[in-house]
Amino acid sequence: MAIRTRMSGNEAVAYAIKQINPDVMPAFPITPSTEIPQFVASMIANGEIDTEFIPVESEHSAMSATMGASAAGARAMTATSSCGLALMWEVLYVAASSRLPIVLALVNRGLTGPLNINAEHSDSMGARDAGWIQIYSESNQEAYDNFLQANRIAEHASVHLPVMICQDGFITSHAVQNITLWEDEPIKKFVGEYNPEHYLLKEDESMAVGPYAVSNYCMEEKKAQAEAMKNAKQVILDVAKEFEAVTGQKYGLFEEYRLEDAEYAVVAIGSVCGTIKDAVDALRDKGMKVGLLKVRVFRPFPGEEMAKALKHCKAIGIMDRCESYSANGGPLGAELMAALFREKVTAEAVNIMYGLSGRDVTVGDMGEVFGWLEKMAAGELHFDEYPYLGLRD
Amino acid sequence: MSQQTFNFREIQERPDRLAPGHRMCAGCGGTIAVRNVLKALHPGDKAVVGNATGCLEVSTYMYPYTAYEDSYIHSAFENAGATLSGVETAYHVLRKKGKISSDYKFITFGGDGGTYDIGLQSLSGAMERGHDMVYVCYDNGAYMNTGVQRSSATPMYADTTTTPSGKCSDGKPQTRKDLAAVMAAHNIPYVAQTTFIGNMKDLYVKSERAIYTPGPAFLNVMAPCPRGWKYDTPDIMEICKLAVETCYWPLFEVVEGKWILNYKPKNKLPLEEFLKKQGRFKHLFAPGNEHLLEAFQKEVDRRWEELLQKCEA
Repeated sequence: MAIRTRMSGNEAVAYAIKQINPDVMPAFPITPSTEIPQFVASMIANGEIDTEFIPVESEHSAMSATMGASAAGARAMTATSSCGLALMWEVLYVAASSRLPIVLALVNRGLTGPLNINAEHSDSMGARDAGWIQIYSESNQEAYDNFLQANRIAEHASVHLPVMICQDGFITSHAVQNITLWEDEPIKKFVGEYNPEHYLLKEDESMAVGPYAVSNYCMEEKKAQAEAMKNAKQVILDVAKEFEAVTGQKYGLFEEYRLEDAEYAVVAIGSVCGTIKDAVDALRDKGMKVGLLKVRVFRPFPGEEMAKALKHCKAIGIMDRCESYSANGGPLGAELMAALFREKVTAEAVNIMYGLSGRDVTVGDMGEVFGWLEKMAAGELHFDEYPYLGLRD
Repeated sequence: MSQQTFNFREIQERPDRLAPGHRMCAGCGGTIAVRNVLKALHPGDKAVVGNATGCLEVSTYMYPYTAYEDSYIHSAFENAGATLSGVETAYHVLRKKGKISSDYKFITFGGDGGTYDIGLQSLSGAMERGHDMVYVCYDNGAYMNTGVQRSSATPMYADTTTTPSGKCSDGKPQTRKDLAAVMAAHNIPYVAQTTFIGNMKDLYVKSERAIYTPGPAFLNVMAPCPRGWKYDTPDIMEICKLAVETCYWPLFEVVEGKWILNYKPKNKLPLEEFLKKQGRFKHLFAPGNEHLLEAFQKEVDRRWEELLQKCEA
């Protein structure tokens, strides 16, 4: 029987790690992800899992040791946030190009400047071109479910890429919410044993990882890696289907919430989607045709699929919890606008900056956003610049 | 030094674990270090070799060719310690789970740039955590791969591309970091300093001890670079001998915290003998620079006395 209980997002991910029982977990503490390695260390201390924990001296070493363990043939994972991910940056690329199926629990927090510990997507968005699959979670349940699916995606023969499972710092990682935990046996069967084909410790062959490659070879290697990222799209959907068969939970590349007939749509990532759903319900009650497209998978980017799902809308608000200082909006805004253009979607569209450094977003704020979209579609409102939601004057 | 463990002929007849065909320079000290350290692995024993980015890495694993007979991993410049600590931990788990049964040894190589400087934190962490691995620094006293820039291992007054000697410069103003002492301060079971002497016995014996001592071990191997040091390539063995005979590069071990001097020259040669064969110190022999030679000699003497005290304590 599944267990209905309540726990925080960090506890939920730690519970997933317990069920996966990985071989090696190197990690370094950083708020707000610190609890995850703490929970894992406790489980090891209490004999609940066989994992070896490596208490490394930095996140750079956390990712390096995770890479070493994965290349050696172990199922290896780590957890971090914010500056911790930034310190891993160099090795993120090496891990991806070495095609190592590492899983990273990322608890999203803004990068320093100024120092702030709250929810923002600047950490993972900064690493968006590092070659990692990125899957985002709205709630503790999704963080748990996504984490359980991560190894299957990463280790798939046509993928072999690292995966980061993201949840919003504090809002999801620390808030206690209801959750359904799945039974051990079917989950362990779903996740399966890790039996890689080639690895450093394979006794009947030696293997070399991390070459110097000249330009004669590099471009082909990069193309192969790009193809693997493309393949990941179908694999993510296939794994989700299998996960649904085990748990009844449905997952896709993104979630459409009352979007089918929506005239005004918002596109967003992460915990804010719960707030947006409440706003959508309230406005629908008033007869306004509004909807939400919640991005679950950001890498690979399902641009074509999202553009098609938004094609019928009159106005679209694209929400970014990350300033990219490009003077052109945030990363989701830039990439989705390009996808809308390619699909010849002619709806009015605006990129909206929200929730930076943990700034709260309310149902009322979202009512304001949908009001903007209605006016934009009617030709009554035009933004010369991408607006900041809830910015003090 | 144990006599019974060293049979020169048998050891030299062991197949090379670093195969020929790599792109290292002729006469490179780094290559001599790697070949000889790996020869200390007992025949039949398996190993995973790690490597920091540097000359060695870009010249021995150029895709699609590897010069290593054993499994090999390189990831970046500053993380050879951490990377191999992950491999070593994976080994323990996979063995515990019955997925592998062979014995493996873990040896990682870094130049002085990747070890003394950018990789010091990663090395320190790996040693402190007690992983059963050997970190071998092939110390050629500068960032040779990028074109002879100074490192914290560069000797004082050396002319490098970032400490060039000139009208207003005597070369590197600082003395070199004593990394072997820093590693000994980690209280690990085995630390040793060596170079290429005679029939490589000192290097062999220390490598074997480092590899077969349970727990972390650190080897500092002075590995001259003909291009960076500017000497006649075939003179490498003479250069190493002079480094030891002048007490510039003493041979010692720190076993379970006990400092042991492996060689005390009968007649300690003046430092000049070591310096004058190398172009990087040429400016020290210009008229008017006698005080620099004196200062350098004084520093070498000070360190030698300090080492003697540690070893006699």
